[in-house]
Amino acid sequence: MAEFANLFNGFATVLAFQDVNIFGTQMYLPFNVFLMVVGIVLGVIIGVLPGLGGANGVAILLPLTFSMQPTSAVILLSCIYWGALFGGAITSILFNIPGEPWSVATTFDGYPMAQQGRAGEALTAAFTSSFIGAFFAVIMITLLAPMVAAFALRFGAAEKFAVYFLAFASFVGLSKEPPFKTLAAMVIGFALATFGTDHMTGSLRLTFGSQYLLPGFDFLIAVIGLFGIGEILLTMEEGLKFKGKDAKINLRVVLDTWKKLPAYWWTYLRSCLIGCWMGITPAGATPASFMSYGIAKRVSKNGKNFGNGEIEGVIAPETAAHAAGKSALLPMLALGVPGSPTAAVLLGGLLIWGLQPGPTLFTENSEFVWGLIASMYLGNVVGLIIVLTCVPLLAAILRVPFGIIAPIILMFCAVGAYTVRNSFFDVIMMLAFGLLGYLFKKTNYPLAPLVLAMVLGDRAEEAFRQALVGSGGSLGVFFSNGLVSTIMALGFIALFWSVISAGLSRIRGTAPATAG
Amino acid sequence: MIQSKRNSLFVAAAALGVALSGTPASAQWEPQRTVEIIVPAGTGGGADQMARAIQGIVAKHNLMKQSMIVVNKAGGAGSEGFLDVKGSAGNPHKLIITLSNLFTTPLGTNQPFSYKDFTPVAMLALDEFVLWVNAEKPYKNVKEFLEAAKKGGFKMAGTGSRQEDQIITAAIEKAAGVKFTYVPYRGGGEVAVQLVGNHADATVNNPIEAVAHWKGGKLRPLCVFDGKTLPYNEKIAGDAAWSSIPTCKSQGLDVEYLMLRGFFMTPGATPEQVKFYVDLFQKVRATPEWKDLMNNGAFNTTFMTGKEYVEWVSKEHTRHLNLMKEAGFLSTN
Repeated sequence: MAEFANLFNGFATVLAFQDVNIFGTQMYLPFNVFLMVVGIVLGVIIGVLPGLGGANGVAILLPLTFSMQPTSAVILLSCIYWGALFGGAITSILFNIPGEPWSVATTFDGYPMAQQGRAGEALTAAFTSSFIGAFFAVIMITLLAPMVAAFALRFGAAEKFAVYFLAFASFVGLSKEPPFKTLAAMVIGFALATFGTDHMTGSLRLTFGSQYLLPGFDFLIAVIGLFGIGEILLTMEEGLKFKGKDAKINLRVVLDTWKKLPAYWWTYLRSCLIGCWMGITPAGATPASFMSYGIAKRVSKNGKNFGNGEIEGVIAPETAAHAAGKSALLPMLALGVPGSPTAAVLLGGLLIWGLQPGPTLFTENSEFVWGLIASMYLGNVVGLIIVLTCVPLLAAILRVPFGIIAPIILMFCAVGAYTVRNSFFDVIMMLAFGLLGYLFKKTNYPLAPLVLAMVLGDRAEEAFRQALVGSGGSLGVFFSNGLVSTIMALGFIALFWSVISAGLSRIRGTAPATAG
Repeated sequence: MIQSKRNSLFVAAAALGVALSGTPASAQWEPQRTVEIIVPAGTGGGADQMARAIQGIVAKHNLMKQSMIVVNKAGGAGSEGFLDVKGSAGNPHKLIITLSNLFTTPLGTNQPFSYKDFTPVAMLALDEFVLWVNAEKPYKNVKEFLEAAKKGGFKMAGTGSRQEDQIITAAIEKAAGVKFTYVPYRGGGEVAVQLVGNHADATVNNPIEAVAHWKGGKLRPLCVFDGKTLPYNEKIAGDAAWSSIPTCKSQGLDVEYLMLRGFFMTPGATPEQVKFYVDLFQKVRATPEWKDLMNNGAFNTTFMTGKEYVEWVSKEHTRHLNLMKEAGFLSTN
């Protein structure tokens, strides 16, 4: 029960009133709560702007925090991160442009919902799911931190590859698109992931002597182009209008949506578990959202309807992404390994504030750690209230004529693409990906396998080769212990699930399941 | 009316004259707009942390009238950042903080830049490297470790490929006549955890990347790749301090390696401009925040400017050339 005592000390730290000097005025106020609100609002804005991700936002503001107490500093920065997690969903749902990589899967059903005039409902579901996923992860961090840290230590290269494989298999194996189109999209995605410097040997691949191709294609650039620009091109062709402009704007939309959500408790629980698992291992929020979406699509009663505006298709990825985003902080605090790019920047912050992340942080800087954890609880609640009050306002954006909003979106996309690496070449690449996205949509090829192959291809290849270098080239390393064998076996089951379920049905003498 | 106008004109001219005649005497150059620090590496790494710490220190202590921003240009093992600075000749508002990729990237990937393209400003510190093993392993010193390694099959985990960690590994192999399997990872923190989790047999992590696990009793330092032992006496793990780690040379492993944390300006920067930044970094070094940073990371705090710095850099370039040539890491295309 020591955890609870620590946690309540943490709450006391966060809620404490302090004498602070803001813009020259001496004030007595709960400074940390004030920082929390500022952080969340900034984070939501950062999350909305594609490209300007949480990692960039936190990095830019990091030096401002040097004159603060470490606890206040981390509250400000981590709340920016929570805010960015919330904000990423907004543009995914409204414009089919993922504000952050982990909200790609949210576009699959969130955008169709907005087009049907259900933007408010989709936003409410997304924000509420984010909240639940994050809350679940924080409870887990509170109760299980030391155990989870020990578990994370068991993940070497082979185990990590197995996790990527499982994420990949559960998305692709469960998909219902025509298999050859899926395969083609996937192969293009893997091919795109091979460009640039090979991290294993330092040699260059497919750079054609150009310095611009040295870093390869950034996933975010591809996503902004494929989804955002592709969508704008498509809308232009269809006559310059938003389909979602008849959106009902009603303050009751939040309450009405909430009434529907408890029915999806199993989706929530499953997505929370997937998210926490992917956050700790640490594969991160993006694979978690894809995996959760893929599994939900297969096991849901409404699986057929996924992709056409099914609310469960918003719940599953958002819950998992947030559970993963929060639990990614645990390996950072307990082991010093960042589970996400934003966590990597926060890690740098800890070092600059004079704190040493790792197994000793929990004992030596207990006030800091529990202050951070308490701020995760409170920041989450504050964040939910802030974003939910904005739902009607956000949904109203869709009433603005396309002719006005399209150039604005285009500008934000270009700025976002530039911000990722401060490179103008990326803006051109974004336009090229936009064209590719348009072609995919016109010819009915699925974009999701391409995007997933791009985000996982790079890292899965790395883990695969690290494992093989270590084992001297023997594939046995992927079945060398119970942990890795179990994950690999689950991956194969997911990959061949269609075949397996058809076989099972035949044995039982029934017709092959359609929704299963 | 006319009279007064003429008077004010006269006053202005006189003031201008004074200002002009005054300029050569003080010869102070100062930044006229925001100063950019380019980091040729991603966010969260050692160079990035140092650049952001300096940005924070400069802002907190008001060391400069203009503000300072940090820009990451990590592409192509840092060449994106270096080529940007090389292409900004005559812009005194751009600096680059370097790590070993100042040498390894042009040698390993044939990118068209070299240390000679930049105007040297100052070395702020050198980052140390330590040979670490898992604390559960029986070998307590370098000799026992190398004997065990000679049986073969030892995995060395490190950051990146054909960069400092792999160069040190190659140097150990040559000096001790052993063979490691080098497995590259993306970041130092990840490398340390691979060792704690027994997925690797040794690492050459920087102090700050592994110190928490040492403190927690999971890792054991065997030797430091510096010419002398570290000057930090504060106890970290039991009775052991950074100063109690022997040098590798004293343990019979003749390998030394330190990583530059220094600044360069764009080509063609004037001596006045360089002097401004040297003075600025001197002020940064005097702050308590900087001292804390050095202490936490057990840095080698050698400070160098001018000719001495240039000579150090050019010597280091030759050394990297030789080390990389022997290891077969030089670019072939």
